Amino acid sequence: MENNRVVGRIFDIQKFSTHDGPGIRTVVFLKGCILRCRWCCNPESQSYRIQELKTEKKNKVVGYDTTVGEVMQKVMQDMPYYRRSGGGMTLSGGEALCQTEFANALLKEAKAQGINTAVETTACLPFESMIAPHLPYLDTVLMDIKHTDSEKHERFTTMRNELILDNARRIAESGCRLIIRVPTIPTFNDTPEEIRSIARFAASLPGVEEIHLLPYHRLGYDKYIGLGREYTMGDVPPPTKEKMEELRLVAEREGLRAILGG
Amino acid sequence: MASYNSAKCAKSARIERLKEELFRQMPQIEADRALLLTQSYMATEGEPIVTRRAKAFKNILENIPVTIRPDELIVGSATVAPRSCQVFPEFSFSWLEDEFDTVETRSADPFHISEQTKKTLRTVYQYWKGKTTSELATSLMAPETLKAMEHNVFTPGNYFYNGVGHVTVQYDKVLAIGYRGILEEARAEKSRMSFGDADYCSKAALLDGIIMSCEAVITYARRYSELARQMADGEKDPARRRELLQIAENCARVPEQGATSFWEACQSFWFVQMLLQIESSGHSISPGRFDQYMYPYYKADIDRGVITRDFAQELMDCIWVKFNDLNKCRDAASAEGFAGYSLFQNLIAGGQDIHGEDATNDLSFMCIDATMHVLLPAPSFSVRVWNCTPHEFLIRAAELTRTGVGLPAYYNDEVIIPSLMSRGLTLEDARDYNIIGCVEPQKAGKTWGWHDAAFFNMLKPMEMVFSNGVLEGEQVGLRTGELPELRTFELFLDAYKAQMNYMISLLVNADNAIDEAHAIRCPLPYLSSMVEDCIRRGKTPEQGGAVYNFTGPQGFGIANVADALYAIRTLVYEQKKLTLCQLKEAMANNFGKSDGADAEELTRRIALELSKNGLPVDAGVVEEIYRTVKDRRADSRYDEIREMILDLPKFGNDLHEVDALAREAAYTYTKPLLQYRNPRGGQFQAGLYPVSANVPLGAQTGATPDGRYAGTPVADGVSPSAGRDVNGPTSAANSVSVLDHGIASNGTLFNMKFHPSALAGDAGLENFVALVQTYFEKKGSHMQFNVVSRETLRDAQKNPDKYRSLVVRVAGYSALFTTLSKSLQDDIINRTEQTAF
Repeated sequence: MENNRVVGRIFDIQKFSTHDGPGIRTVVFLKGCILRCRWCCNPESQSYRIQELKTEKKNKVVGYDTTVGEVMQKVMQDMPYYRRSGGGMTLSGGEALCQTEFANALLKEAKAQGINTAVETTACLPFESMIAPHLPYLDTVLMDIKHTDSEKHERFTTMRNELILDNARRIAESGCRLIIRVPTIPTFNDTPEEIRSIARFAASLPGVEEIHLLPYHRLGYDKYIGLGREYTMGDVPPPTKEKMEELRLVAEREGLRAILGG
Repeated sequence: MASYNSAKCAKSARIERLKEELFRQMPQIEADRALLLTQSYMATEGEPIVTRRAKAFKNILENIPVTIRPDELIVGSATVAPRSCQVFPEFSFSWLEDEFDTVETRSADPFHISEQTKKTLRTVYQYWKGKTTSELATSLMAPETLKAMEHNVFTPGNYFYNGVGHVTVQYDKVLAIGYRGILEEARAEKSRMSFGDADYCSKAALLDGIIMSCEAVITYARRYSELARQMADGEKDPARRRELLQIAENCARVPEQGATSFWEACQSFWFVQMLLQIESSGHSISPGRFDQYMYPYYKADIDRGVITRDFAQELMDCIWVKFNDLNKCRDAASAEGFAGYSLFQNLIAGGQDIHGEDATNDLSFMCIDATMHVLLPAPSFSVRVWNCTPHEFLIRAAELTRTGVGLPAYYNDEVIIPSLMSRGLTLEDARDYNIIGCVEPQKAGKTWGWHDAAFFNMLKPMEMVFSNGVLEGEQVGLRTGELPELRTFELFLDAYKAQMNYMISLLVNADNAIDEAHAIRCPLPYLSSMVEDCIRRGKTPEQGGAVYNFTGPQGFGIANVADALYAIRTLVYEQKKLTLCQLKEAMANNFGKSDGADAEELTRRIALELSKNGLPVDAGVVEEIYRTVKDRRADSRYDEIREMILDLPKFGNDLHEVDALAREAAYTYTKPLLQYRNPRGGQFQAGLYPVSANVPLGAQTGATPDGRYAGTPVADGVSPSAGRDVNGPTSAANSVSVLDHGIASNGTLFNMKFHPSALAGDAGLENFVALVQTYFEKKGSHMQFNVVSRETLRDAQKNPDKYRSLVVRVAGYSALFTTLSKSLQDDIINRTEQTAF
């Protein structure tokens, strides 16, 4: 029961999540991220610090320390729904795998209970020490490829993409089910050429069959204001349905099953 | 194992034309039935009541206008104007007379009434003074009961003012042997009787009444046959002429004889369904397992190759439209409780057969498609779900849910079957259950279930704990002690249970008085011909003729009581942050909510109390009370108390300590009821659902210890209080499943709201079905869904407190709708339009 005592920092547990892996899932949001993507819809996830978020009513403290045991107790409440729907637990963030020991203990514990597991990751981490240890306990990895051009990647996310692309290949080669996701952001990667390039790369990964295009939305706006931060995406409008469908067909032509949304 | 064809059939163009005809004008009130009934009653003074009822029924069916509407394939209309209603003065009438001039303009369910009709009814009403079931019931009730009703602790309004209804008859029997067969059965029973039998007089009168009623129905169908033939003669369109001639043939044959084709079976079914609603004004005449008893006729026609599936679908669609041709006018207050002209004709598909095998067939799917084609509120369409329900069937049901029509409701065989057996049904009967009205399970053709016997507001006894049994200056409940005497939570809970037990005994008194009144004044011979074991026993259902007898009054407000008990236990007894007296004061001041209307209401109550105590109340005094009330309301302490309450855990969030209290709260209603019997020898059994009475009855309930403001709706069914469940649908379902659904054998109701995006795509349907099945695995009994529209989202913007648990899902990101800023909400509303189904 050593696993259950491991402490980590999370900021939310979301039940009945249906877009972050198969079936009905519970998503555990771990705090702290490596990237600083301009469009990030969870800005409160980025810093590892516990923060205060101003809202219209009371201020809200974002982030708290908890144990694997406490998290699992919540996750287990929906066990019968996972069984019926083929769902389970998804770790998200922030970058869930930054808290290596905590994430690993959660995944091990979930597997021990027979729960399907998934992680949403940037994969912008050293493979051997921070990704590989989790793979035996993961059914699905949902991983972002935001851009194939490293310069542009760095400009919008603060980090280059070489490590990410390399890790994508290594995860795929490990035999773990890998789904590539593309936050589709106007002004950043929403041209057919850019999506084609990402899809082509994804299609070249062994075993990868599915790609999700996640249209940009502004649901994070309030939280930037609440954290006293600037929303640098400005008034960029979300892509239209027609535009997304056009991009979906572009991705499909690379031989992948392309899905809008998760 | 059943095999079926689930392919979808086309929708005929006829269906939209039928719908248009139905909705072309406002519903009307027609006086024909009332007049014919009264004329017959006047001519039969002094005869046995069951004979008088049969003669009146005969007079009505021989003379009421017969109408065939354009394009109809299934005929039989209770009224000349579409979607209109007849009047039933034998149950009650004074409310309608009082509303003659407002019924057309009232907000809930208005009806047009002509001056001629008013005149006829005024004459008719002169006869009925002192003769109604309602008046007799009132005189049979204890004064304590009447007082509790005056203070809205409970309301048995449904059967108090109307017929009972709430029944599923032996449709299968009429389809098989026709009324000719049934009246032969009654004759045979009579021939076996001896003049010396103790029950000879009453039984012979009933059997004669049954025979007369069956003959009246045969005559009535022949009138339709003749009308169809006349219309065919004048019809220019050869296709329509052929249809009319076939209708004429059908009505000449059924329901007198057994049906020989699917079309005849449909026609025969409809006559039964409609005529039950002419004999009495009882609603929730529920067709039940239509897919089961109609199937042999469908299958025979398909096997013989005389009907196409498309045409069978068209006939069913016609019936589905026809359900909406029937209507009922209720008093203004009841109309609010049953808003939407609803007759609760519950029709159910799927489930298992009497042997425990899956019973899904072609018609089960075609019932879903008929509902999808017609998209009208009636019939109240339900599906039965069990471990072996075909997945495909559930997905098709989910597609219907996704349209936002609010149908079907889902029922769990795995809870309902054992629950019914615990009430004395045989295993085979329990497996063959269907649903009456809203959510009430029973065995068709054998049950007189009184399923909707009353609404019981579980918050009123709580209020009486705080007032030592006094409501608005009157001692209505028990004296359970002054608040300082309730030194422990256990003592408080005991006081609540004592108030509950006492009020439940009054509720039973009210129901039994009404039960007696129906047996004495309105036994129903036509109904008796289709409920086992009326013929053999020689008793109508009202007199105890049915095999299974129940009375099922509904409790509601469980979530409020649970949250209230939790708040009291935590704040008063554990943390000692508050005394009961302080809480009472805060509630009396509506937690400091100082809107004008509120203060006026409180002023009115205080003034009333003063005058009842014999103190003079003039304009000056009222003015002074009002000022004091408004000043005190401004006191922020009350608001702080409410904030403390709101910060506590609430029912509906998968928190076991609160959920266990909710179960306890439900038991305070469901368990005591079980010890009572009705005059028919049957048992009382609780339901936990409010129809829509939680809104009007909430309007008459003061602020409550769960932080609910005065006058606002009480929680609906077994659902969490609106907006208090904030952890999503699985958590809410987990909490609700903690309640003991089996003991509430008259049904429980769990409402859920979804945004259409939650059901989007194949994955959305799969996850939705998994949610329903999992709730059922956890022994929930019933589930229904509102898939919310843009209009709802707009309303959520205006009234965020009502929608705090509404989750919107957009492209992999989930958010509570009301926590978003206005502009982003607008964003989502616009997106919803794009993804609307």
